[in-house]
Amino acid sequence: MTLQRNLLIALGLAALVVAPAFIYPMLIVKLLCFAIFASAFNLMLGYTGLLSFGHAMFFGSAGYALGVTTKFLHWPPELGILAGIAVAALIGFVAGAVAIRRQGIYFAMITLAISQLIYFVAMQMEWTGRDDGFHGIPRGRLFGLIDLENDLALYGLVAVCFVLALLAIHRIVTSPFGLALTAIRENEPRAVSLGYDVERYKVLALTLSAALAGLAGSLKALALSYESLNDLHWALSGEVVMMCILGGLGTLGGPVAGAFFVILLQNFLADKVGEWLSVIIGVVFLSCILAFRKGLVGEIAAWMERSRKPIPGQESRR
Amino acid sequence: MPEIFGVPVPVLYGQLLLGLVNGSFYALLSLGLSLIFGLLNIVNFAHGTMYMLGAFLAYFLLQPLGLGYWWAVVLVPIMAAGLGIGIERTILRRIYKLDHIYGLLVTFALTMIIEGLVRVWFGVSGLRYAVPDSLSGMVDLGFMKLPIYRAWVIVAALGLCLLTWAVIERTRLGAILRAGTENPALVKAFGVNVPLLVTLVFGWGVALAAFAGVLAAPLMQLTPQIGHSIIITVFGVVVIGGMGSILGSIVTGLGLGLLEGLTKVYYPEASSTVIFVVMILVLLVRPHGLFGKQ
Repeated sequence: MTLQRNLLIALGLAALVVAPAFIYPMLIVKLLCFAIFASAFNLMLGYTGLLSFGHAMFFGSAGYALGVTTKFLHWPPELGILAGIAVAALIGFVAGAVAIRRQGIYFAMITLAISQLIYFVAMQMEWTGRDDGFHGIPRGRLFGLIDLENDLALYGLVAVCFVLALLAIHRIVTSPFGLALTAIRENEPRAVSLGYDVERYKVLALTLSAALAGLAGSLKALALSYESLNDLHWALSGEVVMMCILGGLGTLGGPVAGAFFVILLQNFLADKVGEWLSVIIGVVFLSCILAFRKGLVGEIAAWMERSRKPIPGQESRR
Repeated sequence: MPEIFGVPVPVLYGQLLLGLVNGSFYALLSLGLSLIFGLLNIVNFAHGTMYMLGAFLAYFLLQPLGLGYWWAVVLVPIMAAGLGIGIERTILRRIYKLDHIYGLLVTFALTMIIEGLVRVWFGVSGLRYAVPDSLSGMVDLGFMKLPIYRAWVIVAALGLCLLTWAVIERTRLGAILRAGTENPALVKAFGVNVPLLVTLVFGWGVALAAFAGVLAAPLMQLTPQIGHSIIITVFGVVVIGGMGSILGSIVTGLGLGLLEGLTKVYYPEASSTVIFVVMILVLLVRPHGLFGKQ
């Protein structure tokens, strides 16, 4: 299994290196940004078992934070990205502290309502450009050295961030902290009785998830030199839930696969089917929930598990 | 002209009236949402879409079919209930055993599908539905001019809310329903057909939303997005009121509509956000909502 996994990781890294030679780099940048976003979301629903329905607020706010710091304050891109992460994490912390005051499905409704609040605030503010969007975000020079106006350089930055984000998530979910999150997901009353301060864990998980979503949002705004209200809208929050579930909850590769699938499907269908697009994606999502709840990666893993069933008699030795 | 805190009285009353109109929609929608959540344990994300669909069905009845407003008032809720019953029987029934979040996600997928179909059918540009002749015009109350249609909206919406309340609190059917919310297995053991009850409640909840849509149709530009913000606002209303109580839903819906109207007069910038701010405050002070049970 570890050999297989290492092979998969090596293949993935190799693909990241050679991909821009075959595919338009800005498309891969978009794919990677959404892959980071979906992976960040997975930290909540997949590992902590909490459905946040407002993740767009982290993604979008980070984009605006990057825009303001780099365009108006002339910060370099790396500091702009950090500003985006910080703003998203702060919002995540506050939203988490409010949302955990109710249990269960209310968490989804409250995060949704808070993100709508932020959406409306952004719509009121002059500097966000409102419906016209926030234009003219400079890509700048990374560390004062690398000119990000070059699409390949930008791609390199996003690819490195993507790898680092996945590493961070892997580190988080395999740490004692991550195991405690899984314990909360599996049986919250039990985790409480074992002495875990469940609420603190949940807020911290949302803060981390928000920070990573902020990384994704900053990178996307930097890449497109543009930020719009769509990145704050609940439709995007729903989309990231969809990516995660289509790909496979609670797996490292699932959200990446789901994000690739959804974005590529949208790209492929956008000019062919027009208004039917949301119908098609809705039907795909619906059938996934009804029939393939484990998602792409989850179903493949389950299938591989089944195909290497132990020989009868051997099972007892495990 | 008399003023209250620098606002001319007729303007203030006008906005309060608008607030009451919006509040009646919040009440109708949050009532249906609570009913459905109570028995099905599903947070129906598609509730805003059903409201939107109600308005578009009214338009559809008028435009190609030539059936006017009063036909829409009667037929649209029935059509929506039929659709709801179909959805419950074919789709929702499969997910009752799963975690609550799947209910929200399935209805989110339904939102995408239904809204997409409406966009395909009617396009995205705004449509107009005229106020019916029998309800157009104004009545001069002395202190303000009251548009008859708005008065009708408030009366009709509240009437239906109270009717629902009476059925649930005062009839045998309502008693069974309340028992089903508390303990479906036990009610089933008494020989009540609980799955049928579940289907009917979903149909009724959806019909309330569609009815709100018909009432709202002459008041706004019809676009497929009109359900977008109202569903989130209603989520806020439901979090504030708590999903436990029917009268709670009605009172909270109306109250928040009024508050929104007042904010529009005195601090318009905050009018779209005030409900969410109240929600956060309520969560900090009374986490279970104003009328919620522990």
